[in-house]
Amino acid sequence: MGEARFIKTLKEVPRVEHFAPGHRLCAGCGIPQVVRMALKAVPDPKVVVNATGCLEVATTIFPYTSWGVPWVHVAFENAAAVASGIESAFKILEKKYGKQRPKVVVFGGDGGTFDIGFQALSGALERGHDMIYICYDNEAYMNTGIQRSGATPKGAHTTTSPAGKVIPGKQERKKNLIEIAIAHGIPYAATMNPAFPVDMYNKLVKAASITGPVVLHYYTPCPTGWYFDPSRSIEVARLAVQTRIWPLYEYENGKIRITVPVKEPKPIEDYFKLQGRFRHLLEPQNRELLEEIKRDVENNWNRLVKLASQG
Amino acid sequence: MKGKLVGMNGDRAVAFAAKQADVDVISAYPITPQTIIVETLAEYVNNGELNAAFIPVESEHSALSAAVGASLAGARVFTATSSQGLALMWEILWIAAGLRTTIVMAMGNRALSPNINIHCSHDDAYAARDTGWLQFFAENVQEAYDLTLMAFRISEDHRVLFPSIVNLDGFILTHATEGLYVLDDEDVKAFLPKKKPVNPIDPSKPMTYGPLDLFDWYMEHRRLQYASFMSTPPVIKEVFEEYGKLSGRRYTPVKTFNVEGAEVVLMVLGSSAGTVRYVSRKLAEKGKKVGVVSLTQYRPFPVRELIEALSGASVVAVMDRSVSFGSPGAQLFMDTSTALLKAKRRPLLFNVVYGLGGRDLTPGDVEKIVMKAEEVLRRGETPEEPVWVGVRGEE
Amino acid sequence: MSESIVLKLKTWKDLPIGGVIPEPSTSLYNKTGNWRAMTPVLDEKKCIKCLLCWIHCPEPAIIRKDDDSVKIDYDYCKGCGICANVCPVHAIEMKLGV
Repeated sequence: MGEARFIKTLKEVPRVEHFAPGHRLCAGCGIPQVVRMALKAVPDPKVVVNATGCLEVATTIFPYTSWGVPWVHVAFENAAAVASGIESAFKILEKKYGKQRPKVVVFGGDGGTFDIGFQALSGALERGHDMIYICYDNEAYMNTGIQRSGATPKGAHTTTSPAGKVIPGKQERKKNLIEIAIAHGIPYAATMNPAFPVDMYNKLVKAASITGPVVLHYYTPCPTGWYFDPSRSIEVARLAVQTRIWPLYEYENGKIRITVPVKEPKPIEDYFKLQGRFRHLLEPQNRELLEEIKRDVENNWNRLVKLASQG
Repeated sequence: MKGKLVGMNGDRAVAFAAKQADVDVISAYPITPQTIIVETLAEYVNNGELNAAFIPVESEHSALSAAVGASLAGARVFTATSSQGLALMWEILWIAAGLRTTIVMAMGNRALSPNINIHCSHDDAYAARDTGWLQFFAENVQEAYDLTLMAFRISEDHRVLFPSIVNLDGFILTHATEGLYVLDDEDVKAFLPKKKPVNPIDPSKPMTYGPLDLFDWYMEHRRLQYASFMSTPPVIKEVFEEYGKLSGRRYTPVKTFNVEGAEVVLMVLGSSAGTVRYVSRKLAEKGKKVGVVSLTQYRPFPVRELIEALSGASVVAVMDRSVSFGSPGAQLFMDTSTALLKAKRRPLLFNVVYGLGGRDLTPGDVEKIVMKAEEVLRRGETPEEPVWVGVRGEE
Repeated sequence: MSESIVLKLKTWKDLPIGGVIPEPSTSLYNKTGNWRAMTPVLDEKKCIKCLLCWIHCPEPAIIRKDDDSVKIDYDYCKGCGICANVCPVHAIEMKLGV
């Protein structure tokens, strides 16, 4: 037990591990970092609810489990609903019988959050359940073999939005999870990225201290689905922030604050050329789409800066 | 008859039972004709009469999902639905049973679309019949109340640990006010002590609920669930007995009426049993013997008791308030036919489809069924197709 | 870890109900070290105890010692190479082979 605190250096990250190796996540997967950190930052007692997806499948193949905390999986689209039931049950059991109430932490992929799990999440946020919902976003349905989701960025190649001769990748833009979450009037929301671990850990500590629904959106590098050398996972993640494609910010009590400012953004081409899912965008026939994407990134960043400046 | 005589409709009676059972969590989404259940429970909670968490979920799928989570957390959980709602949560039904939750769900039996119809059919009950939920059918409001109380006791018993559905006919029971005897709160408290969960979520004993099975363990898990589910009937009987002593109302898995020496037997589920028995009594006055068999316990299907109940019959009309397209008969007919394969002496069986979408089953309709049964007996031949009763355009 | 359920399951009669895995962390019995094609080798003299490799290892297969120096757990290391990539002083080298 014990309270987790904000940190300045990685040395202050607690040593205790609640997540064991021996799981079947890909070599170089970006998911475990947020799981390990979240389980360290959220004080005991806690219970994890997990939607169907990479994390759930790879860490709980019977009878092997990587989880050192109670862990519940029911189905793909209902992690937030299951978590609502657990949270409400423990609240009433605490009230009626004095039972100790654990914190509920939910892990859902982008598929299980942006698409099929969207309704359940919205319902849970509207009802104000005390839970930390962490969306680990690898920007496609990775577990089923790299199909596009509402979180797949514009232009990306997936098996259901392939970079074809006529249509070069996904044509639709990425849904904005945090802004949708904020519209529900929740107390705290933030984006996270593994290349900025101190920022990430402190957001998790913050989330754990809040009573009410919290949504955290975690950038998850995926070597298998994005086609890059697994060892460069953190490099790719860092570039996402440095190109302003993945702004790191938090929302609390009506205010938005950019937590990692990016004064001189790196060129988006640097980010795209590292990943097979984007390389076709650097070809001359896709120049217009590339420019469109760059404009979107810039507009999104400027809008965010404007929102942040409004007190 | 023990208890206080009150007037309530089926929905309110079920909600009242859930209140007396001191449920911890209610997660429900409104759907006609179950709405009065959730409204009544919300009233109880907001007036401080029931100390429970009422989760106003945003769909039936989430209703059952939340109920699963709450049950795993160790709470006593109640939910309710009908037709389309059951269809929407169907995916989770299997999971609720397989994870061994102890949820009690009231079902205001309603027809499945299309076309959209809010009245009574048994489609929804039947849709759940393979999923591993215990299922009971109430014939009147008294039974709906009694069965709801018993369902909590049965489901939470450590020899059972499966969720239960209590079926009550949509509008016919859900919205009809009848007189019923309700037990005293103290008696219910003694009958239903606090839930003692097995393997609840406990951070000091961390478990993984709902992992993935590859081909090396899935079948073994199903085998275990099957063995456990099939071992529940003795516990159900035990609880029926105990409740019988407590209330003066004794329940049995199979109900028989006038079957001794009856060549013709009609078999039916739900509220129509009352109508069929009424006709049986009227025909008895004219010297004709018609037996009536109805099931209180639908799942697990009471094979032995049913064979015994039908052992003297020469022809049985199995009445279904649903239709299964492409099947060799509607659902209760298929269940009964299969069960009777184990009987030494098998009566002639034929299927009757009635009452779909709230179509009234009249005494005249029942007499037609009896006449059809007598014809089948005379000819020694059963019809190729189910007999549709009460439909315009049939003979 | 003694007497784990993982070692005792033979037939359906051995199974806990509800499909649960009734113990934590049984994945430790699944040593993923045999996934490796490349193996990280740490030069302890160069290590500055920044803990970046420990934070970023996905297994985790990097053990943080009392003095914040690190040790690679070859039982689970899948050879992804992230540790070598993030180390600011290149104290870890990926070598071909297991």
